[in-house]
Amino acid sequence: MSDFKALSEAVNKGDTKTALVEAQKALDAGSSAEEILNKGLITAMNEVGDKFSKGLLFVPQMLRSAKTMQECTKLLQPFFQEGDVLSKGKVLIGTVKGDLHDIGKNLVSMMLEGAGFTITDMGVDVSPEKFVEKTREVKPDIIALSALLSTTMPAMAQTIEALQKAGLRDKAKVMIGGAPVTEKYAQQINADSYASDAGSAVNKAKALLGIS
Amino acid sequence: MIIVGEKINTSRKSIEEAVKNRDASFIIRIAREQAEAGAHYIDVNAGTFLDKEADCLSWLVETVQSEIDIPLALDSPNPNALAEAIKHHQGVPMINSISLEEDRLQSLLPVISAQPCHVVALCMSQTSMPTTVEERVAVSSKLIKKLTDAGTPLEMIYVDPLIQPISVDVNMGLAALGAIRKIMHDFPGVNTICGLSNVSFGLPERRIINRNFLALCISYGLSAVILDPTDKELMTTLITVEMLLGRDEYCGNYIEAYQNGRLA
Repeated sequence: MSDFKALSEAVNKGDTKTALVEAQKALDAGSSAEEILNKGLITAMNEVGDKFSKGLLFVPQMLRSAKTMQECTKLLQPFFQEGDVLSKGKVLIGTVKGDLHDIGKNLVSMMLEGAGFTITDMGVDVSPEKFVEKTREVKPDIIALSALLSTTMPAMAQTIEALQKAGLRDKAKVMIGGAPVTEKYAQQINADSYASDAGSAVNKAKALLGIS
Repeated sequence: MIIVGEKINTSRKSIEEAVKNRDASFIIRIAREQAEAGAHYIDVNAGTFLDKEADCLSWLVETVQSEIDIPLALDSPNPNALAEAIKHHQGVPMINSISLEEDRLQSLLPVISAQPCHVVALCMSQTSMPTTVEERVAVSSKLIKKLTDAGTPLEMIYVDPLIQPISVDVNMGLAALGAIRKIMHDFPGVNTICGLSNVSFGLPERRIINRNFLALCISYGLSAVILDPTDKELMTTLITVEMLLGRDEYCGNYIEAYQNGRLA
């Protein structure tokens, strides 16, 4: 029915006030919450991510759009129905052992959430054992590892090894990223994917799960 | 203002190539450029070489000091690489850096108490990155205590307040500046140091932000800085701000920079 143009524009701009008004209008006009989420909010956040990757948008704008989306999702919450497809997949994310940096990891979480993934954020300094334990519990589709230091990059390899040993390696895709991390390193340690920034993390995650 | 030249870092493609090929003349040229532009220390960082970091860092130390008589800032979060590189260093080095993270602290304390060295104390605790002024001051007091107990005089400690991006939290600039002021006030004689580029992460035209942040840091009391001393605009800001704060007698440095064509 609707193309949610005004809503999408408001999310793009991070204009929460207008976005909430537009989301309410869409509900009043008979659109389902699921449709508003998928065709309005998530589509808009995908645009934001792409623009960010291309250097057309900057971190504060991305944060603002994500905040707008979160507020709209809250508005929609009571209207979701059983059977609605609300998640593109489950992502378990954390900064690896010995590393306390969380900014990059938080940006990636936020953009994945904006793209419709369900996030379990384990925080920083997460040991391989904890990743294994949580993987058993949450059964994620993707495990995303972050490291900002060259000294903590090996903990990514250790985490993948631990997953392997626990027999979980083929249960989820592993994606890695962080300033010193490279595509080459991802191949070297048998990660499934490398993402260079929060925008491309979304595209990589979708590619891993074969969704558009 | 103590200037640490930041250009010899293997996260820069050209430096990584030069280290890989052991291209001594290229490294010496980059070091000399920075020394001539006013650097008091040349930072050397070979972090991208991972398990070969210690070798590469030691090679950088020997290479630079074979031609230029200048102390180096040995830059790595890896205590083993630092412990190895320091053996190759002549004179009093700057260790960049130590933090409250237990492994790092315990492995580095013996190294720095075995010989005189300047030490960068990064305001990072065992479990988290500080966000507020108070957290930064709390971590730095603990670090200063550990270092002075280990025999490092206050004057040889450089507290790095840990600069975080303004793009994710607009209060991060004030948090760092406030910490600089408070640390300089609470521990007379100690130095404060920082790099400039973290503050501008996630924003366009980062050099403009970095340059203005430098001016603010200096006015809040920063006494040392890690930067590219061959960046004329940045150095012009540094020289000008120091003059405006009354730290340049008879405006001598400013005028000399003008006469030497260094202002931009």
